[in-house]
Amino acid sequence: MTLSLSMLIDDHDLGTPAPDRRLREPAQATVEVTIDGQTFSVAEGTSVMRAAALCGVDVPKLCATDRLDPFGSCRLCLVEIEGRKGTPASCTTPVAQGMQVTTQSPKLERLRRGVMELYISDHPLDCLTCAANGDCELQDMSGKVGLRDVRYGYEGDNHLSLGKDTSNPYFTFDSSKCIVCSRCVRACEEVQGTFALTIEGRGFGSRVAAGFKGSFFDSDCVSCGACVQVCPTATLTENTVIEMGQPRRTVLTTCAYCGVGCSFKAEMQGETVVRMTPYKDGGANEGHSCVKGRFAWGYATHQDRQLEPMIRESITDEWRVVSWQEAIDHTAARLKDIQARHGNGAIGGITSSRTTNEEVFAVQKMIRTAFGNNNVDTCARVCHSPTGFGLSQAFGTSAGTQDFKSVESADVILLIGANPTDAHPVFASRMKKRLREGADIIVVDPRRIDLVKTAHVRAAHHLQLRPGTNVAVVNALAHVVVTEDLVDHRFVQERCDPAEFAAWAAFVSQPENSPESLEQHTGVPAAEMRAAARLFAGAGNGAIYYGLGVTEHSQGSTMVMGMANLAMATGNLGRDGVGVNPLRGQNNVQGSCDMGSFPHELSGYRHVSDPNVRALFEGLWGHAIQPEPGLRIPNMFDAAIDGHFKGLFVQGEDIAQSDPNTVHVMAALTSLELLVVQDLFINETAKVAHVFLPGTSFLEKDGTFTNAERRINRVRPAMRAKTGKQEWEVVCELAAALGAPMHWNDAAEIMDEIAALTPTFAGVSFAKLDEVGSVQWPCNDAKPMGTPIMHEGVFVRGKGRFTVTPYVPTDEKSTRKFPLLLTTGRILSQYNVGAQTRRTDNVRWHGEDVLEIHPHDAEERGIRTGDEVTLASRVGTTTLHAVVSDRMAQGVVYTTFHHPVSGANVVTTENSDWATNCPEYKVTAVQVSPGHSAATVEIDHPEHRLGALVRMANQIARQMAADPHADAVAATAYHLDRFWEHEMRADLVRAIDAGTVTVDDIVVEAVGRLSVTA
Amino acid sequence: MTAQPDIDAILAEYASWPGGLMPALHAIQHQHGWVSSEHVPALADAFNVSVAEVHGVISFYSDFRTEAPKGPLVQLCRAEACAARGAKAVHERAIAEVAGQPIDLEDVFCLGLCTAGPVITAQGRVHSNVTPDEVAVIIGHALRNDAVPPAPASTARRPDTITVFVPIDAAARAVGADDVAAGLVDAPGVHLVRNGSRGMLWLEPMVEIDTPQGRVAYGPVGVADVPGLLEADLLHGGEHPLRLGLVDDLPWMRSQQRYTFRRVGVVDPRDPDDYERNGGLVGLRRALTMQPTDVVAEVTDSGLRGRGGAAFPTGIKLRTVLEAAGTTKYIVCNADEGDSGSFADRMLMEGDPFMLVEGMVIAGWAVGANDGYVYIRSEYPDAIEAMRAAIAAAEQRGWLNGPGSVGGVLGTDFVFRLHLRVGAGAYICGEETALLESLEGRRGVVRAKPPLPALEGLWGKPTVVNNVLSLGTLPAILADGAASYAALGTGRSRGTQVVQLAGNVARGGIIETPFGITVDEVVNVLGGGTASGRSVRAVQVGGPLGAYLSTDHLDVPVDYEAFAAAGLLLGHGSFVVFDDTVDMAAMARFAMEFCAVESCGKCTPCRIGSTRGVELIDKITAGIDREQNIDTLLDLCEVMADASLCAMGGFTPLPVRSALSQFTDDFHRTSPSTEGSHS
Repeated sequence: MTLSLSMLIDDHDLGTPAPDRRLREPAQATVEVTIDGQTFSVAEGTSVMRAAALCGVDVPKLCATDRLDPFGSCRLCLVEIEGRKGTPASCTTPVAQGMQVTTQSPKLERLRRGVMELYISDHPLDCLTCAANGDCELQDMSGKVGLRDVRYGYEGDNHLSLGKDTSNPYFTFDSSKCIVCSRCVRACEEVQGTFALTIEGRGFGSRVAAGFKGSFFDSDCVSCGACVQVCPTATLTENTVIEMGQPRRTVLTTCAYCGVGCSFKAEMQGETVVRMTPYKDGGANEGHSCVKGRFAWGYATHQDRQLEPMIRESITDEWRVVSWQEAIDHTAARLKDIQARHGNGAIGGITSSRTTNEEVFAVQKMIRTAFGNNNVDTCARVCHSPTGFGLSQAFGTSAGTQDFKSVESADVILLIGANPTDAHPVFASRMKKRLREGADIIVVDPRRIDLVKTAHVRAAHHLQLRPGTNVAVVNALAHVVVTEDLVDHRFVQERCDPAEFAAWAAFVSQPENSPESLEQHTGVPAAEMRAAARLFAGAGNGAIYYGLGVTEHSQGSTMVMGMANLAMATGNLGRDGVGVNPLRGQNNVQGSCDMGSFPHELSGYRHVSDPNVRALFEGLWGHAIQPEPGLRIPNMFDAAIDGHFKGLFVQGEDIAQSDPNTVHVMAALTSLELLVVQDLFINETAKVAHVFLPGTSFLEKDGTFTNAERRINRVRPAMRAKTGKQEWEVVCELAAALGAPMHWNDAAEIMDEIAALTPTFAGVSFAKLDEVGSVQWPCNDAKPMGTPIMHEGVFVRGKGRFTVTPYVPTDEKSTRKFPLLLTTGRILSQYNVGAQTRRTDNVRWHGEDVLEIHPHDAEERGIRTGDEVTLASRVGTTTLHAVVSDRMAQGVVYTTFHHPVSGANVVTTENSDWATNCPEYKVTAVQVSPGHSAATVEIDHPEHRLGALVRMANQIARQMAADPHADAVAATAYHLDRFWEHEMRADLVRAIDAGTVTVDDIVVEAVGRLSVTA
Repeated sequence: MTAQPDIDAILAEYASWPGGLMPALHAIQHQHGWVSSEHVPALADAFNVSVAEVHGVISFYSDFRTEAPKGPLVQLCRAEACAARGAKAVHERAIAEVAGQPIDLEDVFCLGLCTAGPVITAQGRVHSNVTPDEVAVIIGHALRNDAVPPAPASTARRPDTITVFVPIDAAARAVGADDVAAGLVDAPGVHLVRNGSRGMLWLEPMVEIDTPQGRVAYGPVGVADVPGLLEADLLHGGEHPLRLGLVDDLPWMRSQQRYTFRRVGVVDPRDPDDYERNGGLVGLRRALTMQPTDVVAEVTDSGLRGRGGAAFPTGIKLRTVLEAAGTTKYIVCNADEGDSGSFADRMLMEGDPFMLVEGMVIAGWAVGANDGYVYIRSEYPDAIEAMRAAIAAAEQRGWLNGPGSVGGVLGTDFVFRLHLRVGAGAYICGEETALLESLEGRRGVVRAKPPLPALEGLWGKPTVVNNVLSLGTLPAILADGAASYAALGTGRSRGTQVVQLAGNVARGGIIETPFGITVDEVVNVLGGGTASGRSVRAVQVGGPLGAYLSTDHLDVPVDYEAFAAAGLLLGHGSFVVFDDTVDMAAMARFAMEFCAVESCGKCTPCRIGSTRGVELIDKITAGIDREQNIDTLLDLCEVMADASLCAMGGFTPLPVRSALSQFTDDFHRTSPSTEGSHS
């Protein structure tokens, strides 16, 4: 595929979907069919309409589109077939061997004209002033069939006086223009899976209706835009098109919201976006979208954007707009000064999961070369770092095993701690489609999310666990699999390490890991747990999907390994329809991790301690790479408060709002001498920054994003950078000012460098991506077209590794003072900290974060829906409005963190995953009380920090404690060596020596073996 | 009537029913009188669908009212057979009577009492042969909400009693059979049996006495005749002006060959013992000893063709489903007999419901289905009641699997459950795919074919969809052997045709006869010409989508091939007679109007075309651009006939074209005018 980017891309609609859309390769069986005298070979099961379209004959149609199953209602696509009576519809008639089809004849022309005459007898004749003028299939068909007269006149019964529904902020429904083809209703059902639309009435009175109250906004409509996209007339039209007219050129690019990574056509007038429409050939989304990508792109050109660099000496000073040159020089000078005064390690940086791979790569390269240290971390630290850790341990690759398409072959889906209909809506639609086809779903979640029960979805089991007990659940499931001998022995024998399997099987078989024993912790009835385990283990294809409800726990990494164990034991890896699949939060979480932005790893997940790897990079970069891990984000905060970390460069992440324990984070940030923020907006972090470097929106960027399925998608500029510079260019200039220039002429050259340094990216280039659309890494000589499914035949690490996963309850427990457990999550209309979506009409759906509370808990406290309530944890207090809802179990409350004003992270704690420090957002002991109360402040101090280090070390030891003592000590020492920054290990030794805190014996022994000590 | 429905109880009962939304809506409507949008979210939740879908379903079916009723409901039939008997005048009078009154008056299209129109229902009771003056009285009763006495049931047999049969068939009840039964039930020596109707509907209520010589008939018996009849020693077949003689000797009965209707009118439809005594279950018992393939072969050999109208060979359909992949299969009985002039299905279900039950079990065994659904239109409350009772009795007897039953049918391992579902006022649900959608609890919208229901039917599973008469004939074929059926008929039209003669006809009813009888013989010989005594002008064959025949074309033999050759539709075998007062332009308009009211709305030719058809005919009869509009109408007919998705739009042009071609004058009654013309 070669794309000309200067013209409007108009998808050729083949009328009906391919016969088996689940097939990855075209079907083998073909039949010969003769269409208008020409004989062609097409796949068996293809409709006559599609066959004709593939052969270049477009049969007139209105109700048919290749995005939807054939329907057969418009009756324009009639054809004649030799030997068959009548004039069958080509959309609903499959081809047969030897079939002779005629698509044009006087009879057919008469019928088609007659049908069009009927349509137009109930349609306004305002084509010239209609918003769809130039993009109207009704208009096109009228022209194609040669309609010249409507002999019925226009005074008959009609629907021309029906009013418009303008309740949705993004599109208008004009029923008077509706031809009742049902495409919108079908798209809502078949593609989106929401069933918000229907036809009401019957016969001539049949009309499209949203919900049952009459307006789109009041219906179940989720504004995915699928209906607008398939509407062949002006009935459903984007308001931007109504305001601006038709677009003139297309730029193919990738959505900058979630980890699904939808391909979009940015449809433009000059440098102005008219609309964003999902791209049919996009591998991740196959032409579907959600409200964010489809409509909520207005933030990119929002007036709040700061387009010029600014600096200030102190955060109490006013900002001063400066030139790029001054900003860069100032920043470089300050960074150098800090290093001179406080040491090389006193500065660091944070890469973003929202920027391109190339931008991430540039930042981490700047830190490792120009900063000369490994103090680089990524915001993936706080979401999916346990995924990378856990999957790497089990399979050898820090990424999900499948592509999204794989879900179409799953028989039983085990969904753990993820809420795809809100957080990954386009993938959720693909999942729901599979569920409607008959697959089962088991939901493991403290909340009754939509996938537990919504129209046409009903979970086989909802394991409504107590927050923080994931590992207990996965152990209980594994217990059933092993003790009831539901293990796929052949898979385990062929693919996994037998000794590790045996150790794991013995561990999970212990009576304390039975569903019955663990019920007291999980709250999940043992019978339900057993039934779920049997269902999953008995599935032909069992697929695990999970989200932050797995990772954001003190045992996040343990749980990832636990799921990997379960998948291996049941033989669910290495083919379509199975796997362990993280649903990544932000658009480029996978990519930012791949690009080497963890303090211990270079691109492609290679440890900095490996001299061969370092040599490769040093050779190309001409700078020495430090062999020791740098600081992680939480360590940076602690070190800042401690006074030996002074300068921080933050690209595209609002850590002040998104990271837990806001008071602690703010204390850290305000302790810095220099905080540099590169972002679109003056966000919460920028409010305490000293340098602001304006960033570019996705509509200006040139580069790539890598989505949750390892798919590398191109991001192409639809307009020039409003700041005058790409973000990577700014980074290069800063690096050069620091004395370590990076010589790239364009983003493609950055990718070339990534490919040269990273074996899994060896085959990736912009040229290839532009040619084939996208590839999934690994992409190299062995897999030049990428790898949709990983671990086929053999795991990347060789034998699959089973890991013993003891359930270690989190320290965060409900107490008399804080009797409820708070868990946090997302909502469809808003995205992450809301910096983008809050600057769009999406606020119409979610104007504030609310606290969901169970009716019983609410009644006990005298709280009703709409009441202002105070939410307090041991670290902070905030105020929200309550919504009484039985979606949570009693004792659990829930909120989102999209709005800075509500500050959900004021209450979340410093607890984190033992292996990766991913914060435990999902479990906070809280109290809820009616009314507003003043915030409480509790600032960390150095003693606290040493205590925290010991606590982290003890946590690691407890994970290892199930192993024999010597092994546990070795594993703890290995972990500290491999993942802890030098100073932290030194401080740990100091803390132990001080003797003021209780230290696990395993830690004490492990510290004695550390290769680097104080 | 408008007390809040107990929605929780209703949902608790129906939530587990497959496609339970429709039954739940019926239950709400029954308790509440209407369905409030307040209930939509709870219904959506219970049936795991969206609120939009529930709304779509409610708005599709005319039965479901979304506003509180103004008062009692009065329904008037406007379909052809009632129209042929003066429904228009009754309709106009009714509208005048209800003006300003707290009463809901609505149109209904056929209640299956087509020999005794005009028909009206009020307070759940049916009135037939209604005159304009009687309408006023009926509406008055409805307004006062006068109590309706319950229908007397069969009594237990006592010593020294003589069996008196008074039909419980709806057509008999509509002309007063319940009153007659009430007059007889307490008479000394009477053992009352409510039987089905013999199909001589002009003689209803026809009372039969069991005498040693055979059953002696009296009719039509009014309630006022009862004392005199008893006095004339009715119980021993005594002479009386209403005495008709031995039933079997009546010319109407002698002229027929009752195969499917062999027990209708003979047995007590509520009595399973009576069914067995009269040959019931013989076919099923035999089938269960045979291999399914052999049962299918037997049906194929009989030559039975689908009797709902499409005439597809039943054996081939059964074989397709038998051979279809998968273990879950269904038997669906299409009892949505909506064609005006058709009532054979109704009479079979009311007169011999066990035969349909047995037929469905045989079909289930033949194809490997364990569940059957019988979908009956809501306009047939008596048939619904009869089938409900029959299914319950059959379950109790172990002829069917029911709640808590162990093992299978008749002591075998074969499990078969039979579910009854009720339509909700949508003619289109007689179309098999729309019926399947409706059974699934959805809008009754036609599906495109392929896939055929035999391969992907109910809930996507292989499904036999057959008419009541087709399934109801299987027990007889299995009992008597394929040859017994194949021996009857002519050419490829084997067996019998159940002719339903109705409208403006002197002797209307059911005639089951081997194929081959001519239309003229049916109408003029058996039917005795018009009821009004005027000359016959037109006969509509095959329901509202069937052609009108002028008297010049009545010599067509009744068989599928001859009808097809003449461009006609035999359909379900209904014949509606019109006398010379009929306005055929109005009947053509009615065909389009009926299509406009009953179209599912899916395909364009039917959805828009039917409305445009009405408008065109109005212009033609008003004399506006007449020739041009006739041309347009003919073009519209071509588009509807050749481009519609299903037979509804596809066959609506048949009555229109036939009226236009054979009764051209009726379209030219006013003088041409150019007023309101357009270009």
